[in-house]
Amino acid sequence: MPELIQLLDEHGTRHASAEWDPWIQDLDDDALAALYEDMVVVRRIDTEATALQRQGELALWPPLLGQEAAQIGSGRALRADDFVFSSYRENAVAYCRGVDVVDLVRVWRGITASAWNPFDVGMATPQVIIGAQSLHATGYALGIQKDGDDAVAVAYIGDGAMSEGDVSEAFVFASTFQAPVVFICQNNHYAISEPVAVQTRIPLVDRPAGFGIPAVQVDGNDVLAVMAVTRQALDRARTGGGPSFIEAVTYRMGPHTTADDPTRYRAAGELEVWAQRDPISRLRTLLEQRGAFGPELETRVAEVADRVARELRAGITELDDPPALDVFSHVYAEPHHSLDRQRDEYARYLEGFTE
Amino acid sequence: MTTLTLAKALNAGLRRAMTDDEKVVLMGEDIGKLGGVYRVTDALQTEFGAARVMDTPLAESGIIGTAIGMAYRGYRPVCEIQFDGFVYPAFDQIVSQLAKMHARTRGAVRLPLTIRIPVGGGIGAAEHHSESPESYFAHTAGLRVVSVSNPQDACTMLRQAIASDDPVIFFEPKRRYHVKGEVDDAIALDRAMPLGSARVAHARTGDGPAVTLVTWGGLVGVALDAAVAAADEGVSIEVIDLRSLSPIDYDTVAASVRATGRTVIAHEGPGEAGLASEIAAVVTERCFHFLEAAPVRVTGHDVPYPPAKLERHHLPDLDRILDGVDRALGRHGSQAPAAVPGVR
Repeated sequence: MPELIQLLDEHGTRHASAEWDPWIQDLDDDALAALYEDMVVVRRIDTEATALQRQGELALWPPLLGQEAAQIGSGRALRADDFVFSSYRENAVAYCRGVDVVDLVRVWRGITASAWNPFDVGMATPQVIIGAQSLHATGYALGIQKDGDDAVAVAYIGDGAMSEGDVSEAFVFASTFQAPVVFICQNNHYAISEPVAVQTRIPLVDRPAGFGIPAVQVDGNDVLAVMAVTRQALDRARTGGGPSFIEAVTYRMGPHTTADDPTRYRAAGELEVWAQRDPISRLRTLLEQRGAFGPELETRVAEVADRVARELRAGITELDDPPALDVFSHVYAEPHHSLDRQRDEYARYLEGFTE
Repeated sequence: MTTLTLAKALNAGLRRAMTDDEKVVLMGEDIGKLGGVYRVTDALQTEFGAARVMDTPLAESGIIGTAIGMAYRGYRPVCEIQFDGFVYPAFDQIVSQLAKMHARTRGAVRLPLTIRIPVGGGIGAAEHHSESPESYFAHTAGLRVVSVSNPQDACTMLRQAIASDDPVIFFEPKRRYHVKGEVDDAIALDRAMPLGSARVAHARTGDGPAVTLVTWGGLVGVALDAAVAAADEGVSIEVIDLRSLSPIDYDTVAASVRATGRTVIAHEGPGEAGLASEIAAVVTERCFHFLEAAPVRVTGHDVPYPPAKLERHHLPDLDRILDGVDRALGRHGSQAPAAVPGVR
């Protein structure tokens, strides 16, 4: 069995590690409190978005409940000039990148295909085709390499994506070109209903070795360990050491999306086991042990979470449907006479209804 | 001006584009030391280095997917897919990613990729080496699709495709790689014919019966031969080399059909849901009152591309195109559609 890297266990006990502690030795009480705040806030965003879906304001929402540490620990390890290519559940990573909270849900309201300018935040908009973004990250990393820059491209994938050909192809390209890319695989144990055993007979972390890519398996619910391994992988990429792979072992505590019903496939008692491994409560315990968790922090974090949730709700309900002719917008970067003609014909058709 | 083969003209176009813009990089299988299986990238790796002429792993989805990532980073990749039948592993990256990214991101992300694909049959090749997949890509919004037929267009249109901020699927007919012609590789792109325009390759003459023959790529040579043969019988054929398959320059096509009243559309790919059907429909819509006869399609059969010894029964050749012309003219003795499969 691979070694599961863990610095903060489910009881909130901090385990010293000569190998990994140096990567997070700068984390003082304030930094730990900030990570705690991040995780509480993104969980609140998740709860609010789920409620908005139930109330008919959103068509769909993919919750990240349970995966906060895997996303915040890695997302907060990144530099502003790094570039993220993610799937659709990485809302906490997007939050770390500075994506506006309303932009997190715009797509799920059905008013746009993606909500932000990737170059404003250093993060591509969410990818729906499983695994496709792993190649984009690798290509972006090849561009960094050509530029002689020390930024890093980061691909977020899941356990299901590990079966996609694109991910294997990305490993080949990343390895043979020694591209500065980090693959972060959140193994949340399910691809919709399929348990990870359907995707693999061996631990996912053992696969990249065959491609010549160093890999670690980390407790994905341990924000400290996730940050440590991510920082090491980023450092390797920045200093010419090529790609890395991180398997963050976590658990999707909610449904795949709000349209899913996990009671049909989840093993009895499984959810309860993982609830004991909650990423937020263990960090709170650590803060308490350090005497750094008091009413002041609790109140402050609750206020931030409330404010963000209010902004989300207020922002989403104010969004209007786009104008009809938007369907023709941005299909091409340069004029396209056939499509222009179609748009004009449809505009005339619509005008027929205004009389 | 220099006399070059179409393959050499493409090479000259690549060299010019790489010289003009240092963000242009070439990616593909065997394009480095070997210079590509058709030598289109010959000597470019020596000239520009392995960082700009990249031999990639043997993975077509990987080539297009990583090129997309490089375009995110500001590069302008030119990808070579070794043969037409090898493009399908990359289909998802082309259709779901490359074609949609600009619309998906509301114009924030431009992906100026050019994907070069040797295309079509007539060269006695093995399976998967003679296909005509143009319709798949022309059907996909967000892509521009072109197919060149002569050395000058090959050079200029490749430079235009690379300069375009939209993704371009660039088809190179294998059977015309060795056709020679005069090439100026330094034509100012803003003064050249636009990438989305068709070209009258052979104008109609005289006042006798005339037919508009619409085709592209590998069949343009056959169409020009047909024009010569028909002229001997007093029939004037106006050959339109479409050049661009998305968008299609219907203004040029319609102007010709309004003058001739008759049209034949020929392509190598299967007829079912093929581009000839779309062109026939648009011609009918736009030129209905000018038509003397229904548009005629001359295409490959609705079959997998046959083995080399049978391909002459699949590809539209001079006789089948002339038969189509006869049908468009309503000439007595022309074959009924049922009697000649593939001539519709």
